[in-house]
Amino acid sequence: MGEKVLISGNEAIAEAAIQAGCRFFFGYPITPQNKIPEYMSERMPQVGGCFVQAESEIAAIYMVFGAAGAGARVMTSSSSPGISLKMEGISYIAGAELPCVIVNVMRGGPGLGGILPSQSDYFQATKGGGHGDYRLLVLAPSTVQEAVDLVMDAFDLADKYRNPVMVLADGYIGQMMEPVEFKKRPPQELPPKDWAIMGAKGRPRNLIKTLYLDPVELEKHNLKLHNKYMEMAKNEVRVENYMTDDAEVIIAAYGTTARIAKTAIKILREKGIRAGLVRPITLFPFPYAAFRKIAERVDDILVVEMNMGQMLEDVKIGVCGKAKIHFYGRTGGIVPSYDEIVDRTEKIVKREAI
Amino acid sequence: MLKKVFGRPESMFPITTHYCPGCGHGIIHRLLAEVIDEFGIHEKVVGVAPVGCSVLIYNYINCDMYEAAHGRAPAIATGCKRVHPDLIVFTYQGDGDLASIGTAEIIHAAARGEKITVLFVNNAVYGMTGGQMAPTTIIGQKTTTSPYGRTPKREGYPVRVAEMLATLDGAVYIARVAVHKPKYIIAAKKALRKAFETQMRGLGFSLVEFLSQCPTNWGMPPQESVEWVERKMLPYYPLGEFKTPEAKQPLKDA
Repeated sequence: MGEKVLISGNEAIAEAAIQAGCRFFFGYPITPQNKIPEYMSERMPQVGGCFVQAESEIAAIYMVFGAAGAGARVMTSSSSPGISLKMEGISYIAGAELPCVIVNVMRGGPGLGGILPSQSDYFQATKGGGHGDYRLLVLAPSTVQEAVDLVMDAFDLADKYRNPVMVLADGYIGQMMEPVEFKKRPPQELPPKDWAIMGAKGRPRNLIKTLYLDPVELEKHNLKLHNKYMEMAKNEVRVENYMTDDAEVIIAAYGTTARIAKTAIKILREKGIRAGLVRPITLFPFPYAAFRKIAERVDDILVVEMNMGQMLEDVKIGVCGKAKIHFYGRTGGIVPSYDEIVDRTEKIVKREAI
Repeated sequence: MLKKVFGRPESMFPITTHYCPGCGHGIIHRLLAEVIDEFGIHEKVVGVAPVGCSVLIYNYINCDMYEAAHGRAPAIATGCKRVHPDLIVFTYQGDGDLASIGTAEIIHAAARGEKITVLFVNNAVYGMTGGQMAPTTIIGQKTTTSPYGRTPKREGYPVRVAEMLATLDGAVYIARVAVHKPKYIIAAKKALRKAFETQMRGLGFSLVEFLSQCPTNWGMPPQESVEWVERKMLPYYPLGEFKTPEAKQPLKDA
């Protein structure tokens, strides 16, 4: 066991990136993620890295494009409205197949919305967000420790697939403090970055681009990307099944909502209701198979989110009509309480009207 | 005894360009390639292509290159230069790219004193999309989106990029040149050399604004477009050096 430190989620995310070898960070202030760029501005000079406060989220994501294209481990972070601004660049980064990590500490929307926690960017993160036919690998931590572990994984996954990886956290994960261990990790075997821009010394020049005017070439490129996303779906799905073995009712939730659901499940079990949790850790690729399997054993699945039903659609795809799907969401920065989840689950089990 | 006195720069691929007859891009590309050759920096130079007619510059200049989104080239150049301070990074941008959609990126790259070199091609029109009004379209000029001619009352005033950026302390070398006549081309190359030298000496941000002709979208033969630069553009966009390393006070760290 290594040493545990008490640290906020935002600072932990930043430190995890440093320890994963990230030496370039480009950001722009927005609540509730400001501790990430602040921490980076202090830490980067200490480790020989580089922090730039960009003039906008748009500029920040293109600095990421430049640094990722130059072969560096690079990260940016923002919160919902800022992530919307980055979406253009994220599309270009996905198109150019550049590895980088993007952290979204979600707040309520649409528009400026609010500054309190939310999960309302699920669609944006998992279904494209920017223009064009592309996918991000999306990791959703539900504790600060998991945020640390996933940020470290994110850099390896980005390099492995030459793809942007998004860590989708929410304002709670970002701002709460928890004891965390920064685990030493064995170095991963990763593909060489022989495509990177480093000056054409002793080799033909490298070109990083997204323009394919010939439709045959563009289709070829799109198919190549698609095959990569299918590889991710085959290899990278992560899901936690919590007390599902004997469960009569399943709660589906991720991130902060999932940890509240765990408390609700303990209370429900004390009341004699055998509830369990299926918690997607990767939102893309989504653990459809886990839901397909569980739907063969249970009649009811309650999806709980801090939005009005976004992951809900993926759960429906996974379940494919084999179980009844219910939804409970709080939004606008309001977090569902375990009492509310308990109450809703009891009503479902007892077939009471909601 | 035969002696080769003129040839294609080695940094240019041996192909013809897609540019229209009379277009200035070909000349500016060539100047760029000559400067790269003369400094012997082919293996250290990195280009960032814009959105616009010159997006395909990487088909002609043989060096490591990025293709940027519209207006974002200075941010990409920043990311690259921060990772590899020893590389020599340039962006090549048109007026729509740099002076309209990319104003934030260019101003802040200059303000930060990013050690990059910008080739800014001002032909007073959006070329690739078919001749719409640019931020640099001059008063009275007709385009497909200013069909009655640009008026200050309706469309506002054209932007003088070189003068504007020269006000920033991070900008070390800023010049405006033209390429419509040989004497201007010779001066343009000198300015471009100085701009790259500024970067190679690690002094800060450098930019050369090239007034360039676009006969196709100006709706005139190439020969007339040369005169149009002389008569219409030069009075509004005076040539010269607006900032030089000699005039710059060294930055003091607090």
